[in-house]
Amino acid sequence: MFAYLIRRVLFAVPILIGVNFITFALFFIVNTPDDMARAQLGAKQNSPELIANWKQKHGYDKPLFLNLDAPSAVEGITDTLFVQQSIKLFVFDFGVSDAGRKISADILERIGPSLAIALPTFIIGIITSISFSLLIVLFRGSTLDSITMMIAVAIMSISGLFYIITGQVLFSKILHWVPISGFSSGWDGFKFIILPVAIGVFAGLGSGIRWYRSIFLEEINQDYVRTAKAKGLSEIKVLFKHVLQNGMLPILTGVVVVIPSLFMGSLIMESFFAIPGLGSYTIDAIASQDFSIVKAMVFLGSVLYILGLILTDISYTFFDPRVRLN
Amino acid sequence: MWNSPHHIDLLAKNVLFSSFSSPPKHLDPVISYNENEWVFNSQVYEPLLQYSYFNIPYQLEPLTLSKMPTITFLDSSNNETKNSADTSYTRYSFKIKENIYYQPHPAFAMNMKGNYIFHNLIEQDIKKIKTPTDFNTKATRKLKVDDYIYAIKRMAIKQNNSPILASMKPLIIGLESYSRKVSKAFDLKEDYRLKNYTISGVKKISATEFTILVKGVYPQFIYWLSMNFFAPIPWEAIAFYDQQILKEKNISLDTYPVGTGAYLLAENNPNKQIRLLANPNYNHGFYPSTGLSKDADQSLLDDAGKPLPFIKEVIYSLEKESVPAWNKFLQGFYDASGVSSGSFDQAISLNAGNMSLTEQMKDKDISFISVIEPSIFYFGFNMADEVVGGYSVKQQKLRQALSIAINYEEYISIFLNGRGVAAQSPIPQGIFGNLSGEQGVNTFVYDWKNNHTQRKSIATAKQLLAEAGFENGIDKDGKPLVLNFDTPLTGPDSKAILNWFRKQFKKLNIELIIRATDYNRFQDKVRTAQVQMFSWGWNADYPDPENFLFLLAGVNAPINTSGAGVNGANYDNPQFNKMFKQVKQMKSSPARQQLINKMVEIVREDAPWAFGFYPKELALKHSWYKNVWANPLANNTLKYKKINAEQRMQAIKVWNKPITWPLWLLLFFSIFAIYPLIKAYKNKQQKVIK
Repeated sequence: MFAYLIRRVLFAVPILIGVNFITFALFFIVNTPDDMARAQLGAKQNSPELIANWKQKHGYDKPLFLNLDAPSAVEGITDTLFVQQSIKLFVFDFGVSDAGRKISADILERIGPSLAIALPTFIIGIITSISFSLLIVLFRGSTLDSITMMIAVAIMSISGLFYIITGQVLFSKILHWVPISGFSSGWDGFKFIILPVAIGVFAGLGSGIRWYRSIFLEEINQDYVRTAKAKGLSEIKVLFKHVLQNGMLPILTGVVVVIPSLFMGSLIMESFFAIPGLGSYTIDAIASQDFSIVKAMVFLGSVLYILGLILTDISYTFFDPRVRLN
Repeated sequence: MWNSPHHIDLLAKNVLFSSFSSPPKHLDPVISYNENEWVFNSQVYEPLLQYSYFNIPYQLEPLTLSKMPTITFLDSSNNETKNSADTSYTRYSFKIKENIYYQPHPAFAMNMKGNYIFHNLIEQDIKKIKTPTDFNTKATRKLKVDDYIYAIKRMAIKQNNSPILASMKPLIIGLESYSRKVSKAFDLKEDYRLKNYTISGVKKISATEFTILVKGVYPQFIYWLSMNFFAPIPWEAIAFYDQQILKEKNISLDTYPVGTGAYLLAENNPNKQIRLLANPNYNHGFYPSTGLSKDADQSLLDDAGKPLPFIKEVIYSLEKESVPAWNKFLQGFYDASGVSSGSFDQAISLNAGNMSLTEQMKDKDISFISVIEPSIFYFGFNMADEVVGGYSVKQQKLRQALSIAINYEEYISIFLNGRGVAAQSPIPQGIFGNLSGEQGVNTFVYDWKNNHTQRKSIATAKQLLAEAGFENGIDKDGKPLVLNFDTPLTGPDSKAILNWFRKQFKKLNIELIIRATDYNRFQDKVRTAQVQMFSWGWNADYPDPENFLFLLAGVNAPINTSGAGVNGANYDNPQFNKMFKQVKQMKSSPARQQLINKMVEIVREDAPWAFGFYPKELALKHSWYKNVWANPLANNTLKYKKINAEQRMQAIKVWNKPITWPLWLLLFFSIFAIYPLIKAYKNKQQKVIK
């Protein structure tokens, strides 16, 4: 397994270089370093001298991928914006944003609030969705099954934004149960995360129930389930001991890969609930043309995604003894 | 109160709760030039001058100065002169107040030997430090004129990217050569050594006096002195913040300012909240007793002469979305609020163009203040364009016709909920040079009838269009007139605005092509004069007509400045340019007004802009928030404001009682839903057994 992991990590390096290359290319197709300077300096203060100073200070005065003026061929490649700005990423040195803030400090500060919302939403969401889907699998074919599926489709069809605004109006503005938005660390923060977590769980319930139900229904028609029932096991025992365990493999495929990306936060949820997380960090950086943040966050996102895939592979070995990583 | 976003004990204290939607990027006073940054910076830093709180038209008054600067005109031999024609230099002499002290800050802390304790920090020292206020030892020191001189020197380092350096270099004597020398020689890491360098035009006279020598006559220079670029910077702060281990924690002068102002910045988390505390060393500010107009609420002067500030702590929370921010205001958790278009109908009712509060607002004893901002949004014609540009009578008439057709009164009513005033000239209301009433009417677009302006009819516009050679929107070759409008408005929300513009042109049978693009490309197009028509805006840097008329000066046209100028319309009228040079050098006087009137009349006739509108700022506040007065140019007004925390607490308690019965109902149904499920399961289980 160790050799497999090493191999996967090494495979990740060209993938990350490729992602980084595409990020550079796409960003600089849309924004020139002059545009970036203007965005940072503001609309009123963009004299050519200021723009040149800004580009020099932030290293954007170098060519993007190829420096034809360099004295040697090696420097022609290394003395470029792409190489200069990419190398440090691979040792997770994200440097400072174009506005002058330390990116790693910002990321560390924002990860906590993002996880405070994303983690409970994720865990409670899975438990609730699996519980409901097991329940309706238990009563499959009944009126309860039909009604639940109708509700699930309805929940899926409505925009998440609707739940957020309705939740804020109903539970905060009308009933005065929780704050409309805000965040606080420690136990004080509990009242702030109840509503976004509840909304997050509810909004994901429709798709979750439908997906898990289809997995469990596929399992429940297997021979081993019939055998278990023939042995005289109760429906609940069959569901929890056999169906759930055997259904875990497809569930893990979709679930474990998501875990690392929880760190990246949720844009809409964090914006509406004023959660100081990572959700809007990348989008804000794109809007303000802060390339240092954009490249750092894309790189981090790619690393987390690759990590998620590796974790998924590893998790298979725990639930399916037939799987061997070699 | 379950729904309070703030600690309950804070609500009962002398704390102001406010919000911000756009986090500040820079708080370093030589860099910062955005409104969302000055909201914070201006409470901490104290330049030499400030805008008087109540005076409209806007008026400067001493802030850290003991009196207004003495202005002396000098000839080329540096001798005093009273003849403006002989004037080669202007000397501004300043005398600062004594006994002004900086906020408590670790940068000033010294040990018994007189060495700075925190100027050589090691990792161990700052393990638990998140902000400068976390340091256990802080100290202060007296404000010196050296700090003002030091700030100018810092501004001149080109690596600091001060936005006003380019404007100041030709003005302040010796600044250009100093800037060149110092920028080349100095590594930014050592820039506190600037105290060893001098600028020939900036001289220390005594511990409380210094002078700045300015080239020629430039009366507007005094306005720059009220901006934070000229705020004092203690060298100790730079030495303190110049430590890499602090920068690693985002602690720098760009995040934690050090000033003598009424407040100090205690917490700067731009992604969550920014917290100001009253500066315990602040001792030189008192509530104003003059300047309030007679028709204003005289209770605003109740605190006249009292020491400032009144509010002890201010918590600004980040609110990216307007809906939660608005609801928190209604719940009493914010003391004041702007009015977004989404909440306008809930807050304001319009009767025959007059604004009043809705019953819901009145029930909560909310009041509103509004003021016309010193800003203009205009519709520009590229004067270098073959069709809409040019200076012939025919070309003037085409633009005049279009100016009549674009009905900005309608625009203000539909898209701004009445929050704006149709502009009659490039100079907004409240700025010297703007004339009100019949005198101020743009007679090329409006008529004066029954003491009101009335936009000329579309028939008049059509007549002008015909005289311009486009009868009924058809040119002399029989082709329909098609015009292009460049805009950065690209989102779905902009569709209605762009359709509205199309309709305005359709009135004259002109087809309008919308060329929407992102803001970068839009700027590029304006800079390279590739636009035909466009809309843009300008906020005043200072309340002088020069700051608006220069938007139409030929020297600022992009085509004359390789794209660097702000005159996007490329307007270049020699007569206007000549008068602009004169107006720029004049102090406000009847003679200056006359000259401005002539310039405005030229611009109205040439019509390089359809003048658009002056926006109106509208804000709501709760009854417990006192001493609130709208002065868009004064940024340091927090110190005048006052909170009645007891009244706030009472109101919040009444407005936010939790309604609990649905909770019990939900619990009841949840419990009773379990029973049929268990029963159904048992039945199912029995069926299997059979």
